[in-house]
Amino acid sequence: MEHFFSLLVRSIFVDNMIFAFFLGMCSYLAVSKNVKTAMGLGIAVIFVLVVTLPVNYLLQTKVLGADGILGMDLSFLSFILFIAVIAGIVQLVEMAVERFSPSLYASLGIFLPLIAVNCAIMGGSLFMQQRINLAPSDPKYIGSVMDAISYALGSGIGWLLAIVGLAAIREKMAYSDVPKPLRGLGITFIVVGLMAIAFMCFSGLNI
Amino acid sequence: MGQLFSAKNKDVLASPIGINNPVTVQVLGICSALAVTAKLEPAVVMGLSVTIITAFSNVVISLIRKTIPNRIRIIVQLVVVAALVTIVSELLKAFAYDVSVQLSVYIGLIITNCILMGRLEAFAMSNGPWESCLDGIGNGLGYAKILVLVAFFRELLGSGSLFGFNILNYDALKEMGYMNNGLMLMPPMALIIVACLIWYQRAKHKELQED
Amino acid sequence: MNTNSNSYTIIYAAVMVVIVAFLLAFVNSSLRDTQTKNIELDTKKQILASLGIRGIADAEAEYNKVVKAHMLVQADGSLQTYDDTKGFVTNFERDYKENQNNHLFVCEVDGTTKYVIPVYGVGLWGSIWGYVALNDDKTTIYGTYFAHASETPGLGAEIAGEKFQSAFKNKKVLKGDSIAIGVEKRVQPEDVPYQVDGISGSTITSKGVDAMLKQSMSGYNQFLISQQ
Repeated sequence: MEHFFSLLVRSIFVDNMIFAFFLGMCSYLAVSKNVKTAMGLGIAVIFVLVVTLPVNYLLQTKVLGADGILGMDLSFLSFILFIAVIAGIVQLVEMAVERFSPSLYASLGIFLPLIAVNCAIMGGSLFMQQRINLAPSDPKYIGSVMDAISYALGSGIGWLLAIVGLAAIREKMAYSDVPKPLRGLGITFIVVGLMAIAFMCFSGLNI
Repeated sequence: MGQLFSAKNKDVLASPIGINNPVTVQVLGICSALAVTAKLEPAVVMGLSVTIITAFSNVVISLIRKTIPNRIRIIVQLVVVAALVTIVSELLKAFAYDVSVQLSVYIGLIITNCILMGRLEAFAMSNGPWESCLDGIGNGLGYAKILVLVAFFRELLGSGSLFGFNILNYDALKEMGYMNNGLMLMPPMALIIVACLIWYQRAKHKELQED
Repeated sequence: MNTNSNSYTIIYAAVMVVIVAFLLAFVNSSLRDTQTKNIELDTKKQILASLGIRGIADAEAEYNKVVKAHMLVQADGSLQTYDDTKGFVTNFERDYKENQNNHLFVCEVDGTTKYVIPVYGVGLWGSIWGYVALNDDKTTIYGTYFAHASETPGLGAEIAGEKFQSAFKNKKVLKGDSIAIGVEKRVQPEDVPYQVDGISGSTITSKGVDAMLKQSMSGYNQFLISQQ
């Protein structure tokens, strides 16, 4: 249980998807113009991460790994299978949400197709695959479905935190006098850079 | 050959390297890349890998574009890209092991690189193989250009070297008070350097400015 | 042809999956041997680096020349030859967890025997590992090599630099019968033969190296104190 929380907190603050690894930047920059839509995309990312990561974890350890049910090392197929699982699950989630909760679909639905090609989701699965091979004493080790869920939840919350924070700053920034060539994309990059520097203070966190 | 390099084709190749750069203008494909720019060597390899993969996937999709069922279009594109990325990653592991260790998961993240999917949807689905190939190379090189520029500044100012060769680490310089800037090697500085590149490009080309 | 019908879509998907799977399987099987060799060669290069042999062109030949035997250290300190038909081990930590194997490389440099011990642990951000080469008295350090997965550049990452690694040279591993080698923030005068100064600004990585040395070498204690 201790490892569960350690992984969770570390992946929110220390190994933040945006500030430490730049993952999911495209939609991060495109959809961070106002807080409300940023919130919607962030929640969708958490949701998809928490669903896909445990599935890919089981796929990697039980099917693709050398000691899986097929008895051979098929990890060269992992890229294709991970992206297929992600695309498939995003599609399923979209259909399920549309069927059972039209109001949620109205607010979340438009973001779901975007997410299939969000690097943060694929990145989560690839980092998870790398972390399985770490030593069990490593604080980043993922050794069970619970660990995978904790990592997914943490990464998702970290991503949400980053995008809502940036959206809030950008809303305020509309009133500031930015040099012309820097307006829009340029100043956004600088703001993200400064936010990332602020997040670096978590790096010594020993949990 | 004259026809192969018509004015239009030259433009397809050259525009993404210059004025219509995929990273600084179209804001595509930043995700998988900036973390590999702390040193020049992995940045060059990453840029070349993306160029090769964009060119090949553009050609493949362009060749089969008329047979692809519309409903599974995105999946077909993803599978083609994923297969190419797997092949490149296997080749790197076999012939450039050190670099593949440095690139680690980022080589797999080329799959979700928005440049690839963006070019497949916007160009390869509606153009012939040769134009698509040029478009892929152009966009890949445009992306590589940004990576190499960012990596150049980060490695030079952060480690005082280029491609691992010593440039600035001399005792004489140290006595004058020069120090390598460790912050340059941290992730945030990659973003700020890209911002400076955008600043430069938009100051030069006024038509790119946003209000 | 109607490319939007159900049967066409399904057949298309199936054919594509089969083609791609065969293509990838072919690429993988034709490159696998080279890949395993690369990983083995990387490990061998690191073992050589701990002996001060760095940056040579043909590491494989040099390794075969320098490393005389690959042994396993038993609980009572005796040595047993490692059965290398099972393949060269590249992950010593996993092998210890799964098979309780303590690997030892018996090497010969300039006519004297050296022992190389693999060590592994955790730094600030992720795994750290390395190799410690001992002189034939089994306690004085001849050389070290450390590497890391993702320590902070300029701070913790300095453990991979030669300055930090060469500080270990001629230090003693044993104090009496116990492992005393380590890294300390401010080395006390009486500890100078056993301790190395930590890297300022990277306390956690330095502590990680300290714990790594003490923990990994504890399995070799019986071997190190035997026949001194």
